[in-house]
Amino acid sequence: MMLIPCPHCGPRNETEFRYGGQAHVAYPRDPYALTDEQWGRYLFYRENPKGQFAERWVHTAGCRKWFNALRDTVTYEFLSTEATPGAAS
Amino acid sequence: MDDLRISPLQHLHHRLAEAGSDGPRGVRLRELAFSTQIGLRAEPGSAAHQRLAEVLGGLPGAVGETTGSPQQTATLWLAPDEFLTLAAPDSDHLLDQLKEALGDDPGQVVDLSANRTTVELIGGAARETLEKGVPADLHPRSFGIDQAVTTTLGPVPVLLWRTGENSFRVLLRSSYAEYLAHWLLDAVREFQVTS
Repeated sequence: MMLIPCPHCGPRNETEFRYGGQAHVAYPRDPYALTDEQWGRYLFYRENPKGQFAERWVHTAGCRKWFNALRDTVTYEFLSTEATPGAAS
Repeated sequence: MDDLRISPLQHLHHRLAEAGSDGPRGVRLRELAFSTQIGLRAEPGSAAHQRLAEVLGGLPGAVGETTGSPQQTATLWLAPDEFLTLAAPDSDHLLDQLKEALGDDPGQVVDLSANRTTVELIGGAARETLEKGVPADLHPRSFGIDQAVTTTLGPVPVLLWRTGENSFRVLLRSSYAEYLAHWLLDAVREFQVTS
């Protein structure tokens, strides 16, 4: 069981959270200008690093806020979490 | 009107009462039905947040915090910009006051009274009963009187509020009430035997 430090609620069990995939994937500025391959890459291709990985998580059973986390994919250790800009702090 | 409306656990009131026991290792269960519940959303620091806080005598500022008192009107922290105000049944005037305070500003004042019902656990074994299904730490060092957290009881998301040394309120969604009442009836069985 991972203990995930929610930036709003403090450390909670992983069962209270849902995973949101890689963080900082920006929506294309002009989706219509993209080729099918580029669009496919935006939709489906994500990094899969061994080591530090910036991810999105949502505290579904708690404050229901999304936040970004930096996690080590080898040790599962959460190195840092930060509230998503725009979410109330 | 009171004899017309039926609370989510009305049909189990006698069983909840029968399951209770007294003494240091006893726990009593009962439903507190029809409380007024008002969902509030306002960004901390905004004018609307300040006006809502004035009506309620303050809004909680961080996780676990509550304001007001369980006997009258209390407000629980759900998220940095989301709160739940609890008051006596049919407190329509409070809803109107809060709506007026929010005005046209961004935010919400919504009557959520039908969303949840409340089960109260009182007794020396109340914490022990809840600890069978709540992953949050309920020891007084981390969950003191007047604190409330969103957590789960068994598989069900609930709001858990400690209103006294040995008294807890479980705010559960009405559609899960039947299941959770039976869960609690099962959880308190061992205390019936020993006390």
